[in-house]
Amino acid sequence: MALTSTSRPSLWRFARVEFDPVRNRPVLLYPEGAVLLNETGAEILRLLDGRRDLADVAGALKARYGAEDSAGVEEILKDVTEFLDGLAARELIRDD
Amino acid sequence: MTTDRPTTLLAELTHRCPLHCPYCSNPLDLVRAGQELDTDTWKRVLTEARRLGVLQLGLSGGEPLVRKDCEEIAEHARREGFYTTLVTSGLGFTRQRAERFKAAGLEHVQISLQDADDDNAERIAGVRSVKQKRAAAALVKELDFAFTVNVVLHRENLDRIEQIIELSADLGADRVELANTQYYGWGLVNREALMPSPEQVDRAFEVAERLRQKYRGRMQMVFVLPDYYEKYPKPCYGGWGKVYVVMSPDGKALPCHGATNITTLPMPNVKDHSLEWIWQESPLFQAFRGDGWMKEPCVSCERKCVDFGGCRCQAFALTGDAANADPICHLSPHHHLIADALGQAGREVPFTYRAIAPEPQTA
Repeated sequence: MALTSTSRPSLWRFARVEFDPVRNRPVLLYPEGAVLLNETGAEILRLLDGRRDLADVAGALKARYGAEDSAGVEEILKDVTEFLDGLAARELIRDD
Repeated sequence: MTTDRPTTLLAELTHRCPLHCPYCSNPLDLVRAGQELDTDTWKRVLTEARRLGVLQLGLSGGEPLVRKDCEEIAEHARREGFYTTLVTSGLGFTRQRAERFKAAGLEHVQISLQDADDDNAERIAGVRSVKQKRAAAALVKELDFAFTVNVVLHRENLDRIEQIIELSADLGADRVELANTQYYGWGLVNREALMPSPEQVDRAFEVAERLRQKYRGRMQMVFVLPDYYEKYPKPCYGGWGKVYVVMSPDGKALPCHGATNITTLPMPNVKDHSLEWIWQESPLFQAFRGDGWMKEPCVSCERKCVDFGGCRCQAFALTGDAANADPICHLSPHHHLIADALGQAGREVPFTYRAIAPEPQTA
């Protein structure tokens, strides 16, 4: 199951994003595990609501970070998809 | 000093337990009720653990529900920001307590099953327990906790792995952990009775992989192979003192469950030291970090950064020297000990059930 620009995935409902003040970065917590995130990763996960598709997520990121990052929406979409595919392989992102 | 931060703390709140499983991961010398840390000390240690970087907390035992302050500790853990798992047999998980845990912010409950066959499950646990476990699982679902079923696998239940996985799915598990027995402590005492045959292991692995695909997206599956059948040893929690701390009911903080068996090093205790000092400075946690402690064949091995010489506790338990290569490794000069153990497996021997030793007699 690979995600595409029209996938509308959501975060597994037993996983949550927290800010870890010890490491000064966001973390994804879930039963028996943790993934250290960067700010963009955390922002992507916050944008997943089961309604937005990945093209919308890439668009929202472009709107937010476009001024400081010259990457085009296509490039952002590729990075978002790759990031979420990694989490989907661990069943932390659900696309159903 | 280390720059690594621990991510996971397993807090054994008590060694008291209504079950008597012959593979229990608790040490043979079980901590008695009177030696257990009090509520405030556990809270202080959890606050220290969070400041040290721990994110995942397991409230375990024994049976943690034996302690009446388990909810209070869970509530403190949630305030500190942990993702907390209650690791329980299910016995004692009543509606009233389940509701208190929900209100305390507990997120994840892990219930152990011994087998899919009820009679055999109770024979392995050494006590009537199936009905209470089913009721506990129903409460976990009703109150909407994340739910893991955890099963220790061995010769006496491995042939029913398909039924075990199907039962876990029927109970509504979000995750199922299928862990082959680790042979330390009670498991080592019962090794002959528990060791599966290679055919059993191969077949179980195939079944688990097939059902992993079937339940993908509905129930995650973790399958831990028995290391006695592996060519290389397992890396102990990503390396000694890298990410993991386990605490005993009386306050000893250790890099691994099996470390209480290593009699050649002092066991640091949170009653005497902060958790930070224990992590950073204690001789026990420092002992096997990096590779300065390694001997041959580990020190010149290209896999030393992959499996770190294997399990120090297993090396000590089987060879008497914790700095030896884990004898699981086919390169270990002690590897014959594993072959000998496999040769002994399959004989009909009764279980030695887990139990607290009688109180010492005073003259």
